[in-house]
Amino acid sequence: MIAYVAKRLIGAIPTLIGVSLLTFLFIRLIPGDAIAARLGTSQALTPEQLASLRAYLGLDQPLPQQYWTWLTSLLHGDLGYSIRTGRPVLVEIAQRLPATLELALAAAVIAVAVGLPLGIVSALRPRSRLDLAVRVAGLIGLSLPNFWLGTLLIVLFSLYLRWMPNTGGYVDFAQDPLANLQFLIFPAVTLGLALAAATMRMTRSAMLDVLGADYVRTARAKGLASNVVLRRHALKNALIVVVTLLGIQVGQLLGGAVVVEEIFSVPGVGRMLLNAILQRDYALVQGTVLAVALLFVALNIIVDLLYGYLDPRIRLG
Amino acid sequence: MADPGAVASAPSRWHSLASAAGREPVALLGFAMVGSLALVAIVVGFLPLRDPLELSGQRLAAPSLERPFGTDALGRDLLSRILHGAQLSMRVAVLSVAAAALVGGAIGLVSGYVGRTLDLAIGRVMDVFFAFPAILLALGIVAALGPDPRNVIIAIAVVYTPIFSRVVRAPVLALKAREFVEAARSVGATPSRIVLRHILPNLTSTLIVQISLALSWAVLTEGALSFLGLSAQPPAPSWGVMLNEGRQHLELATHLALFPGLAIMFAVLGFNLLGDGLRDTLDPQRR
Repeated sequence: MIAYVAKRLIGAIPTLIGVSLLTFLFIRLIPGDAIAARLGTSQALTPEQLASLRAYLGLDQPLPQQYWTWLTSLLHGDLGYSIRTGRPVLVEIAQRLPATLELALAAAVIAVAVGLPLGIVSALRPRSRLDLAVRVAGLIGLSLPNFWLGTLLIVLFSLYLRWMPNTGGYVDFAQDPLANLQFLIFPAVTLGLALAAATMRMTRSAMLDVLGADYVRTARAKGLASNVVLRRHALKNALIVVVTLLGIQVGQLLGGAVVVEEIFSVPGVGRMLLNAILQRDYALVQGTVLAVALLFVALNIIVDLLYGYLDPRIRLG
Repeated sequence: MADPGAVASAPSRWHSLASAAGREPVALLGFAMVGSLALVAIVVGFLPLRDPLELSGQRLAAPSLERPFGTDALGRDLLSRILHGAQLSMRVAVLSVAAAALVGGAIGLVSGYVGRTLDLAIGRVMDVFFAFPAILLALGIVAALGPDPRNVIIAIAVVYTPIFSRVVRAPVLALKAREFVEAARSVGATPSRIVLRHILPNLTSTLIVQISLALSWAVLTEGALSFLGLSAQPPAPSWGVMLNEGRQHLELATHLALFPGLAIMFAVLGFNLLGDGLRDTLDPQRR
């Protein structure tokens, strides 16, 4: 197992270098001058001022050297400064990250709590009316745009039913856990519904595969009670597939959070990123994209390790 | 050199694909939905509709016989705007997915067929793109290039290129070891001929399913980006823009947020049904 962990961690290094290179080059993609892009404007500067700023920021150096400088300061935790607030990018991200992580976690919990049981029930009675209903619901859930679902929830619960439990805005979990959860319930449902649908579909198809396998037939043939077969033989093996696919999908929640945070005014990383894009605060955009990508890679490694732990065939193969 | 096997099999492959899909009601329903949408996108300019940009005094009018979808805050006809929105949405989805399928498919073919160091190098580069959540990568690209539907096409194409590459590469690895490829090689067929005439036709069904699912994601992503103000800009009749504008009048006119969302869902559901249905028909294990 230790060898497998080491192999997986070393294997991530080239990817991490690639991610850093791509985010570094991101600022170069912006049409026009790099300084103008950093400042948001270039009109106020004379050519001399531009040249000295360029030298000051190291933009007159060759590209590989600039990358090296950027990478070393990155490794020291320096991601630059936000133009709008003047504060270090790292501080801005650290402040906003907890809300996003909490939202993603809550969405993942909802997705599993809804998707897993429905998928199992659906697979146990294939082609029944219940199965059909669950599958149709799954397809619709997968096709519902989350930015529309969020809007509909607001219309339904706050305008018509007047049930929206907490419209007072986001409250920190440490400050008031109950108010925090009350606020997050609708954003989490909005973010989690598509994943619930995906989980349901994955579970259903994994269970169907396993239930048709020879070893399940053997277990049944030797007279084991059907719920023992289900729990010990079928569910366990089906879960391996579901965990892997779910792991990949959970990371995608970090991207989906941008939209949901905007709709419900959750003060998370996604909303900050969107504002930074609209205000052309490129250091903040760059830092946030990098941070989320690193988180995403770390999450994928954890899922891989979990997979290797659950299924010995993976780490030994 | 004549190659009767490959030539004769091409039309019959399409024929069997079409007839198989015809037996699957899910695929058929998806095809009908996608087909009607495509038709609207093509002929919308010739339909007897009001100008989607024309302002009128009837603001925030509820749906009526005269105006089936009502009007928006500037008195523009919502039915006309929704139908014109189909054109924008389809154009972005089709162009971005076509680019991704062409480039990603080509990369996957070469990577899988040549193998060795090249395959390894390409795999490493693709891994970097897979290290970003899909929406985030698209968002970052649009942030760098500027908010515009053309840049959204580029962004979606970049996100989906590695996916197509990976989807194509795996079956190529299996196919190139098969006897019919060996046979073609032994009679002196060039690598490009082997790849294009013998391997590629065997990937048609995989590609079609993937394209359909990619289109559903593309419609959804374009909708999200224009909702966030990063694609088409007002007053363009874009579904995402309309939905966002409708959010400001939820209390007075819920229909403004209802119809654009329904339109997006109709398109996404259509492509999902089509992709799902085709996969079930084409994959014998799932039947």
